[in-house]
Amino acid sequence: MTTYLDTASGEPLHPAARAALEQAREHGYADPRRLHGPARNARILLDNAREATAEALGIRADEVTFTPSGTHAVHLGVLGLLLGRARQGNLLLASAVEHASVMHAGQWHQARGGAFETLPVDALGRVRVDDAERATVLAVQTANHEVGTVQPVADLAQHAPVFTDACASAGRLPLPEGWSAAAASAHKWGGPAGVGLLLVRKGARWRNPFPGDDRVDERATGMEDVAGALAAAAALQAVVAEREETNARQAALIDRLRAGVTAIPDTDVVGDPVDRLPHLVTFSFLYVDGEAIVTELDRRGFAVASGSACTASTLEPSHVLTAMGALTHGNLRVSVGRESTEADVDRLLAALPEVVAGIRRDAGL
Amino acid sequence: MNPDLELDCRGMLCPRPIIELARHLGDVPVGGEIVVYADDVAAASDVPAWCRMRAQEYVGVQNADDGVPGYRVRRLS
Repeated sequence: MTTYLDTASGEPLHPAARAALEQAREHGYADPRRLHGPARNARILLDNAREATAEALGIRADEVTFTPSGTHAVHLGVLGLLLGRARQGNLLLASAVEHASVMHAGQWHQARGGAFETLPVDALGRVRVDDAERATVLAVQTANHEVGTVQPVADLAQHAPVFTDACASAGRLPLPEGWSAAAASAHKWGGPAGVGLLLVRKGARWRNPFPGDDRVDERATGMEDVAGALAAAAALQAVVAEREETNARQAALIDRLRAGVTAIPDTDVVGDPVDRLPHLVTFSFLYVDGEAIVTELDRRGFAVASGSACTASTLEPSHVLTAMGALTHGNLRVSVGRESTEADVDRLLAALPEVVAGIRRDAGL
Repeated sequence: MNPDLELDCRGMLCPRPIIELARHLGDVPVGGEIVVYADDVAAASDVPAWCRMRAQEYVGVQNADDGVPGYRVRRLS
């Protein structure tokens, strides 16, 4: 039996999503734009999903667009704000610790004649910026997906229009004040994969940077996954309703992990210990090969992620850890879920010293 | 200033260059300097991070003739 501690990559389907998914698959198959009964049913389900999502996030229903992924929502959000402000300028400023999807959008923008610069972060991973005014659009995540540090989005939004990537935080933390566009991803809060959210504030200048489509929702492209959207909304509502209790429990588990791993010599625990996402922590062990430790933990029944170069398809170390000046090799990201227990954390803490010592011994240290 | 020791870690992937650095720290006197030549990009982050964690001084980077970065470390203890 595997102890799953990689919910930051993908949260298991929430029971509320499973129930909604089965029901909506049966009734939500038709194209919501058509003028017949089954289409009306699908349209009602889609409208319900949009309204429930908006209510859970504390925003308006017409600010919500369902996309085929969080990544696509990020691309639409970043590039759409830039296009909406093309007459004001073309400079995208992004924190150096944004998710790869933001960086890819920046590179796309740059390849088409735009300007793209990254902003440094401090040792906790918090973005430092004193000249945000020069940005045409500022991309700053709500909280970091690898180290958990919450970013000062509301402060920055006073200086420039902000796109905030809320993929790591949606459902767990409220949306920050001041954003013009935002993105979220359902499989990170217990909804199905294949459902992202593009959020565009009423009155924000946003233009579709891609060819577009003729949907009911003018920002959407292609027929929405109606059942998926409804399941995502059901999970989001449930997660938001439970979050006070869930966050407190998960934050305590992460505190326990953060304290426990410091008993292992030469360990770098990174990210803000307090003002952070409740469910994840990143640490690195000196002299340890990231692939070796993930593989050994997998063998012992623990599923965890790593940002080390040898575990990435690119062979580049995590740009988040690099920007923070943190150790990049021997890295583990542990993220707990709704059902994680103190016993899970304690078993991991019991296994780690031996695993780390074994890899260091094999390395000749 | 000429380093007391040069470590050729070309072709090694992290954490190997850092392991070599740790193994050879004792080969130079306190106040002495080691240069680690490493083409693995992770070394650019990990040599300074190692210095911070092990309380040694990261001096900076200088490229070798072949363009491979050499990370300079001064032994403090």
